[in-house]
Amino acid sequence: MSNDVADRVKKIVVEHLGVEEAKVVESASFIDDLGADSLDTVELVMAFEEEFGCEIPDDAAEKIVTVQNAVDFISENV
Amino acid sequence: MRRVVITGLGMVSPLGCGVDHIWSRITNGESGLGKITQFETSDLPCQIAGEIPVGETADGYFNADDHIAAKDRRKLDPFIVYGITAAQQAIEDAGWKPEDEESLCRTGVMIGSGIGGLQTIANGAVMIEEKGPRKLSPFFIPSSLINLISGHVSIRYGYKGPNHSVVTACSTGAHAIGDAARLIQMDDADVMIAGGAEAAVCRIGIAGFCASRALSTGYNDTPEKGSRPWDKGRDGFVMGEGAGVVVLEELEHAKARGATIYGEVVGYGLSGDAHHITAPPPDGNGGFRAMSAALKRAGINASDVNYINAHGTSTPLGDEIEFGAVKRLFGDNEDVCMSSTKSAIGHLLGAAGAVEAIFSVKALKEGVIPPTLNLEDPSDECQGIDLVPLEAQERKIDVALSNSFGFGGTNASLVLKAFR
Repeated sequence: MSNDVADRVKKIVVEHLGVEEAKVVESASFIDDLGADSLDTVELVMAFEEEFGCEIPDDAAEKIVTVQNAVDFISENV
Repeated sequence: MRRVVITGLGMVSPLGCGVDHIWSRITNGESGLGKITQFETSDLPCQIAGEIPVGETADGYFNADDHIAAKDRRKLDPFIVYGITAAQQAIEDAGWKPEDEESLCRTGVMIGSGIGGLQTIANGAVMIEEKGPRKLSPFFIPSSLINLISGHVSIRYGYKGPNHSVVTACSTGAHAIGDAARLIQMDDADVMIAGGAEAAVCRIGIAGFCASRALSTGYNDTPEKGSRPWDKGRDGFVMGEGAGVVVLEELEHAKARGATIYGEVVGYGLSGDAHHITAPPPDGNGGFRAMSAALKRAGINASDVNYINAHGTSTPLGDEIEFGAVKRLFGDNEDVCMSSTKSAIGHLLGAAGAVEAIFSVKALKEGVIPPTLNLEDPSDECQGIDLVPLEAQERKIDVALSNSFGFGGTNASLVLKAFR
């Protein structure tokens, strides 16, 4: 399950931020490592919601700053 | 007064991408108008427009990937994409890529639009109705705002001078060039990237101008015939899209770096009609006063103007009224000629004034007057001035005047002079 979630999360990150797949490792920070700005991270969270059919509240979204954070939240809540 | 010259040109239009390619096509009498392909038009009275031809950059077509990465374009309405593209061309043409802080601070941007992100706003409105406000992109607002072309160009090139934007409907492009030239004259900047962009060829844009009865509706089966300024058969304008951007530069600054000088901005006049939201006053006094003010500022007599690039949108009322104002001001000048390049590319709204200033400057530089297509049978009220019908004319000219008039009764005229 979590491998599947991780692959889907990474695919979204690659598409939205236009970064190389190899850079999208679990520990990568969207802003510090992958060149996102604050608006990009809002859009990323919206893309995760769309992909996994869930709603991520704003207070939870603020804590999703790395690929691993996203995978963990989705695995636990979806 | 500090003198202002034009040292770079950039354009995206229904005749292609890049000034040289577009110029060769427009002086060859080609049309960029056609049936609308991007959206459903069967329920619209007007089904024709000038859309941007997409293809390989090397062939003179528009390839967005060569200008802005796909991941970034998702955050930009097309009017911003066209604006950035034309700015990029103009800046490369001028060869102005400063790196020192002082030069960056003395370079500004003033690129406007008549309407801005209309398609993005329309899509966003549908989105929140269908899926709710949480589904609205965080880029919705910054992808729609008119001044964001100026913002993006500044960010991309590091220009830290005046960052401004014009919104005066169909006068936008002319006002932007005139106002930016004044900023240089007033010593607020040495270089300004100035112009206009528009991308209103979308369902709501066409429907909106249809509702105000401004568009041609009688040429849906012969789109290339739809824009016919001063012709008896004209029945409204045909909308085009794209962008025109110039690099304006203080004369000594341009000389010192050995820049190519296309021409000089010698006059700029502005006026308001104080009459009606969409119609000009019957005597055309707003346009007359804008042209007079521009000539006065230039210190040039009406008898010394060789070419007028008209507003000439192909509407029944507007064409005649502009013609009358020109006749009153230039009546004694038997050598002046006037054409409307909207006959070939349609009306680019907020981009029109900038695109037409570029055509005027090219006419000065190349000695060729672009034609008024489809002018087969001029109205009885439009006689006595050479309107350059159907075919381009070779003429060595020194002074050109370009008119732009907008909804709200806002008028701008630019006087441009050859630099020899």
